[in-house]
Amino acid sequence: MSVVAADRKPVGDREPVKDRKLTRVAVSGDRRFAAISHALLIVWSVIVIVPMLWVLMSSFKSTGEILSSPFSLPEHWRFENYANAWTDASIGRYFLNSVIVVVSALILVMLLGAMCAYVLARFEFPGRRLIYYVMLAGLTFPVFLAIVPLFFQLQNFGLLNTRPGLILTYVAFALPFTMFFLYAFFRSLPHDVYEAALIDGAGDWRAFFQVMLPMARPGMAAVAIFNFLGLWNQFLLPVALNTDQDMWVLTQGMAAYASSQVYDIDYGALFAAIVITVVPVLIVYCVFQRRIAGSVSQGTFR
Amino acid sequence: MKDTIPTAKTASRRPEPAARGGRPRRRKLTFDRVTFFLAFLGVPLAIFVIFVLIPFGQAIFWAMTDWRGFSPDYNFVGLDNFTKMFQDDIFLKALRNVALLAVFVPLVTLTLALGVAVAITLGGPSKGPVRGIRGASFYRIISFFPYVVPAIIVGLIWAQMYDPNAGLLNGVLTGLGLDRFDTFAWLGEKATAMPAVMFVIIWGLVGFYAVLFIAAIKGVPAELYEAARIDGAGRLRTTVSITLPAIRDSVQTAYIYLGIAALDAFVYVQAMVPNGGPDNSTLTISQRLFNVAFAKQQFGYATAMGVVLAVVTLVFAALVFLVNRLTGGGEGESKRKAPGSKARRAAAEGGAG
Repeated sequence: MSVVAADRKPVGDREPVKDRKLTRVAVSGDRRFAAISHALLIVWSVIVIVPMLWVLMSSFKSTGEILSSPFSLPEHWRFENYANAWTDASIGRYFLNSVIVVVSALILVMLLGAMCAYVLARFEFPGRRLIYYVMLAGLTFPVFLAIVPLFFQLQNFGLLNTRPGLILTYVAFALPFTMFFLYAFFRSLPHDVYEAALIDGAGDWRAFFQVMLPMARPGMAAVAIFNFLGLWNQFLLPVALNTDQDMWVLTQGMAAYASSQVYDIDYGALFAAIVITVVPVLIVYCVFQRRIAGSVSQGTFR
Repeated sequence: MKDTIPTAKTASRRPEPAARGGRPRRRKLTFDRVTFFLAFLGVPLAIFVIFVLIPFGQAIFWAMTDWRGFSPDYNFVGLDNFTKMFQDDIFLKALRNVALLAVFVPLVTLTLALGVAVAITLGGPSKGPVRGIRGASFYRIISFFPYVVPAIIVGLIWAQMYDPNAGLLNGVLTGLGLDRFDTFAWLGEKATAMPAVMFVIIWGLVGFYAVLFIAAIKGVPAELYEAARIDGAGRLRTTVSITLPAIRDSVQTAYIYLGIAALDAFVYVQAMVPNGGPDNSTLTISQRLFNVAFAKQQFGYATAMGVVLAVVTLVFAALVFLVNRLTGGGEGESKRKAPGSKARRAAAEGGAG
């Protein structure tokens, strides 16, 4: 099914065709337009897919093969490239670090972001607007403006090069986006269920955790996917604030591994490491791709 | 029938907050309520203030000092860092590179993304219900792919693609008989390094914006297309006269996001040309800032660069707004924009009352 338009846009649903001549002209125009469209899309798809396939293929080759015959399939499927990348390049450890940091930060930011968005969206109190706009400003300024002071801020708290430090920083910088998205979502939730909960004697805490939060689940899921991708792919913050090699996350480990390869090149292992890094996000993407496409539109153009 | 169905569907897709009773309310203070507010607002705000707001504030102050980090002494030097910066050839080069990125990356990305989005949504037959092109979801999934790949990996993949000896690009080109590309260093030649970097950033971002535009195009009221078709407008005409003006504000938003991404570009250049490229031809402000701060420990000077980067970002955003406004976009907002903005305004009014 063409998800793109059919299910969303009710253009002239079941409208009888009005003019036969017009239709015939339209059909030939349609063909040309469709042909050009397909050509464009196929070219772009090839440009997108070929590098990825090449990386995948090369990840099973030896360095010699990669250099001599870039197009051919590997002669022997060298799975040991993956073992080399996983252990020698410590990709395994970086992977684990990434999982710990990203999952903790994700849970925290979803909880705190939802709480903050809920209060801002549902209650009237002095300073509500101010908080909203200050967070908007936090979303606009480049992280680079804050990076040096942030380094020393973490140092002062003794959080530099620690997991909690990195996690809290992730949370802080993902908070505005999370808050804005969920703010819109909480505002759109019906009020009567909440009223009913209050009448039944639920306090503010229970009303949130047992009534409002479950209702916000679709919005939460959409933001969580985006936050996951954003945090998993985060590079600047760990590179600046997480310099202890044992704590490295996957992105910075990969960057270091690639640049260390300049002198002693094992292309096969490098490509294998790239594949290992990409596969989790591709899985997340493929599982959630429909929801992602949906929330791109909701989130950005509300 | 033609009138009622679309409105009903739009309404169900975008619930109007005001109508659904999202009205903020005031109640008397109880213990429960006070702890609730402290936890719900206090904790997130504390984290935000400590790790985002205070560093931003400190940055402005430190930009006017000669602080070098690990010693506690520093002098207040006013705007010296800024005058020094604008006499620093390397920084000026970085500024120029970043300006190039901010001009070309959004332009090309948006053109391609619009092309892909239009081809996917309007490529199908124009009679009956508007369908997407055949294979629309396949194309959409594929073109979004690079966006989910971590940017650092996108950079590393292309660093390998561009590799003079092992890279696929030169493999393809020599395969086509262009022997002079046998060991051509795309990222090592002054003439090609910057375009090569730009291409990679564009490659990574087109899919995301294509999906954005697909959504925006789907938000265009269906009656507009219907009317154009009855008036005998062709596909190209429909695209230029209806689709583009209708999604103009989306394009503006996308332009600003992209500009911000291009002004940064740190991840991509670190992955492909960590040393700034031949003759610093791909050096970015972000890279320069990072080195000055964390390699040379000139924290005051580096923070000042951060301030310049922030100012450049804001100026860029303001320019995009201005151009859009001057060329006739923006002011017709209330008429044209999707029901979302109306709902938002209604919600704001409801909130005030």
